[in-house]
Amino acid sequence: MSTNSQLGNRKLIIGGFFCLIVIIYLCRLFYIQVIDKQYKLDAEKNAFRYMTEYPVRGYIYDRKGKLLVFNAPSYDLMVIPRETKGCDTMGVCDVLQITKQEYLKRIKKACQAPNSPRKESIFEKQMSAQTYATLQEKLYRFKGFFVQKRTVRRYPKPIAAHLLGYVGEISKEQAEKEAYYKEGDYIGITGLERSYEDVLRGKKGTQIAITDVHNKIIGRYMDGKYDTLAIAGKPLYCSIDRDLQEYGEKLMQGKKGAVVAIEPSTGEILCLISGPSYDPNLLVGGKERSRNFTKLFYDSLNRPLTNRALQGMYPPGSIFKLIDALIAQHDGLINRNTVFPCQMGYPPMGGKPKCHAHGGGKNLPGSISVSCNSYYSYVFREIVDQRKYPKFIDGYNHWRDMVKSFGPGTHLQTDLPYDKPGNVPSVEYYNKVFGKNGWRSNTIVSLGIGQAELLLVPLQMANVVAIIANRGYYYTPHSVKGVGIDKKLDKRFTEKHYAGVQDPTAYLNVIDGMQGAMEPGGTAYASRIKDVIVCGKTGTAQNPHGQSHAVFLAFAPRDNPKIAMACIVENAGFGGVTSAPIVSLMMEKYLKGKTDRLELEKRVMAADLIRGINVLGSGQH
Amino acid sequence: MGRNENSIFYGVDRVTLLVYVILVFMGWLNIYAAVYDEEHQNIFDTTQKYGMQLIWIGGAAIIAFSILLIDANFYTVFAYGFYGFFLLANILVLFLGREVKGSHSWYRFGKFGIQPAEFMKFATNLALAKFLSNQNIVVNQQFRLRLKDLIKNYKNTIFALIFIILPLILIIKLQNETGLAIVFIAFIIVLYREGLSVGFLIFGLLAAILFVMALVVTNTSGLLITLAVIAASAFLFIRRSRRNLIIVFLVYLSAAGVVLATNYVYNHLEAHQKTRIDVLLGRGTVDLKKEGYNVNQAKIAIGSGGFLGKGYLQGTQTKYDFVPEQDTDFIFCTVGEEWGFVGSTVVIFLQLFLILRLIFLAERQRSDFSRIYGYGVASVLFFHLAVNIGMTIGLMPVIGIPLPFFSYGGSSLWSFTILLFIFIKLDANRLLILR
Repeated sequence: MSTNSQLGNRKLIIGGFFCLIVIIYLCRLFYIQVIDKQYKLDAEKNAFRYMTEYPVRGYIYDRKGKLLVFNAPSYDLMVIPRETKGCDTMGVCDVLQITKQEYLKRIKKACQAPNSPRKESIFEKQMSAQTYATLQEKLYRFKGFFVQKRTVRRYPKPIAAHLLGYVGEISKEQAEKEAYYKEGDYIGITGLERSYEDVLRGKKGTQIAITDVHNKIIGRYMDGKYDTLAIAGKPLYCSIDRDLQEYGEKLMQGKKGAVVAIEPSTGEILCLISGPSYDPNLLVGGKERSRNFTKLFYDSLNRPLTNRALQGMYPPGSIFKLIDALIAQHDGLINRNTVFPCQMGYPPMGGKPKCHAHGGGKNLPGSISVSCNSYYSYVFREIVDQRKYPKFIDGYNHWRDMVKSFGPGTHLQTDLPYDKPGNVPSVEYYNKVFGKNGWRSNTIVSLGIGQAELLLVPLQMANVVAIIANRGYYYTPHSVKGVGIDKKLDKRFTEKHYAGVQDPTAYLNVIDGMQGAMEPGGTAYASRIKDVIVCGKTGTAQNPHGQSHAVFLAFAPRDNPKIAMACIVENAGFGGVTSAPIVSLMMEKYLKGKTDRLELEKRVMAADLIRGINVLGSGQH
Repeated sequence: MGRNENSIFYGVDRVTLLVYVILVFMGWLNIYAAVYDEEHQNIFDTTQKYGMQLIWIGGAAIIAFSILLIDANFYTVFAYGFYGFFLLANILVLFLGREVKGSHSWYRFGKFGIQPAEFMKFATNLALAKFLSNQNIVVNQQFRLRLKDLIKNYKNTIFALIFIILPLILIIKLQNETGLAIVFIAFIIVLYREGLSVGFLIFGLLAAILFVMALVVTNTSGLLITLAVIAASAFLFIRRSRRNLIIVFLVYLSAAGVVLATNYVYNHLEAHQKTRIDVLLGRGTVDLKKEGYNVNQAKIAIGSGGFLGKGYLQGTQTKYDFVPEQDTDFIFCTVGEEWGFVGSTVVIFLQLFLILRLIFLAERQRSDFSRIYGYGVASVLFFHLAVNIGMTIGLMPVIGIPLPFFSYGGSSLWSFTILLFIFIKLDANRLLILR
């Protein structure tokens, strides 16, 4: 008892110690519950799963409202590996036509990070309708498997593959760079699908689900109060004429090359064909898609995936004479009555470049109609060596700037991705090749007739005709009339651009020459259209890869032009023989809605230059 | 309650009783919240833990009444008997018990399981109270370095320690239930109250600090050299006599011994115990998906509660099983998440209030036995409170130890009830003893 009083103060120490510990704990609790916000964020990550709801991609229509691209349902086979106990494994292998090893490999992949045996992952992507049908019957035996519906692109007509482009899985790098996308998302990779991705894709929706520790969904957070709905993609109204595109592709079958048609008064692209083409339906779907893509990708001979209309850089050949004629008139160096001698070639250089027999020296329109090489060799030198510029290099740069004002050597800033600028060689380039002061205007005189290092893409060629058709201006070529229901169009496509030459007489003279080309004695007389005044210009582009490329430019009708076209067919020889009939038939179809030159149509379609069947023959000019 | 001397509630401390009832009720509410899912909402559904807990609570009420009915002298007289009986029960469970998670520590009766180790607490408390009330462990405070004196001085302390350590070792070594065993350390507080030398406690505290330091620093030789420097510099402040030299040397030697033993002890811990210590001390890299998962998830659950909590049954972390053992050892996470800082504080204060109330009651006892037993109850409850909540907020290593009256489980609820109500009975009887 006595000891008790002696130790009395120890009760205070014990009680105080208990209180101290509790105070420390409360401080700690205050810190983690009230001050530190990290735990609240972690809790959100823990318990919520943000599920994406994918919007329907926008449809694409042609200029008359005909469907070009729509969506079709597609089926992914999903698996939750943990729940596959008691599954008819062999049955799954049978339906999908895979081996047991492949099955196990896929299950293993579905178990490994970032997948999880408790979470669903894709087992087979985009099954064919047939596979889905057989699978559907047996699905009850395939424990842990289920089918997820999504949509894929479909094309009612197998046309315009290059123009429309395709949709595919986003690359890892891009998914990391762009906040909107996650790995495994789909994105437009080429063509319109790429350039109008923002419009077509719509907006993803999010559902917030509450999950347990096994990541299993237990319910919806706040009954979906904070969920957002997916917003469907907007429709795209193309400026393409589906019938013209389809007809053109038929004419181009069996040929490498490109056809571009533009409505000059608006800059709208009416058709954009690259041959050889492929059925865009090949590049949708799961297994087939990758198989087809590989096949197309490795076809190095025909390179069907290359969009030649935008990426094929061709020497323009004689069509370039139009630009020379315009520039020389602008500079006041020649007029309608100017005549240059021609002796089956350009006399000052000993008959080079060569020319063909067209009956002596011609005036300006005549030189275009018969496509005189000698004439434009003179013209080119007149421009480069004109007195205004004491140094010929300045004259050359003047010529180059004027050429570029028509589009060649620049990106046209269209709404289609991956266009090439072509090439108009620079002074620096020639200084490098020939040495400084090592070249003169006659060294590079073949530029005047569209040869040498000069390169244009077919779209630029079409734009040049559109400028001539408009007598001096153009709208940036674009392939879309409007976006969304209200058909909005980017302002840059309604802005006029002016070429360096504005003199109406200069255009008149050139156009007269082009009309002459379609008349008796002209280079493309065979491709005239009844009752329609067509203005055209043939070209035969020599190139190091074999026979010349056949080029043809034309617009029609002469007054109030409705269509301007460029066509190039690789290794087809003289432009008047292969390219001019294609353009002529397409123009007639577009302007009149039909053609009665069925014999020509049949022959053009039958010509297969890839396999070497040339029923059209090649002219020798 | 019972003004009548014949009523079983005569002399019963109503405040303690009220706090007990409140805590048990709150505990049940939180078990319901932790286990709650929309499919099972009937509170009497015994397939669910809250349904079972109701049965345990009913059992606890019967036990409480029985204890109050029995004469208080019964506990004093049979104190050693209880101790011996439950010691035996804890040994026999190895042969008769059902294996659960690798340890034989449960007796099974159909659907119900009982852990005898839980009941060892009150038995040990009784035996300790009986032993200490008959002896006097207050020793001559004069410190002498003679073995004869040491033995004479510390004989009773050593006996008392044996009462404590015997069940501790039994439960750790044979049943592999570290959490249940480690509670017996709480009785050191009782010994302190009854006169255990402060030096003894300080030595224990220093040993613990050294142990932790040795684990954190890992550079053993560096630590030994530092200690040597400290020991040497001690002579700058104390008289340089032969006696002091020996004392300092002995202190250094034992400190070095602790440091050297650290690695040995650590390496002989089981893997999960090692990682729990690593997680607490932040040693090496802690993978929050593996060894660090429990503590991190517990902290996330509690931390996400905020100041006022998410509201009853609204906790996403506990309800959807992110926190393991959320109805038993980690029940406090439910409190923290759903009731927030305010609710957590209320629960901790209630527990603390009960403990302080017990100390108050213990101090007013006229019999040494009752006082010592009362301190035992307070100490055990406090130890549970400190370790259980400490581990959920990352201040203690994870040790499987329940939160008194809150955690799900019959054994722990019954054990705490017995522990508490024996004291309530002793307290109710305090006026009768010396009448």
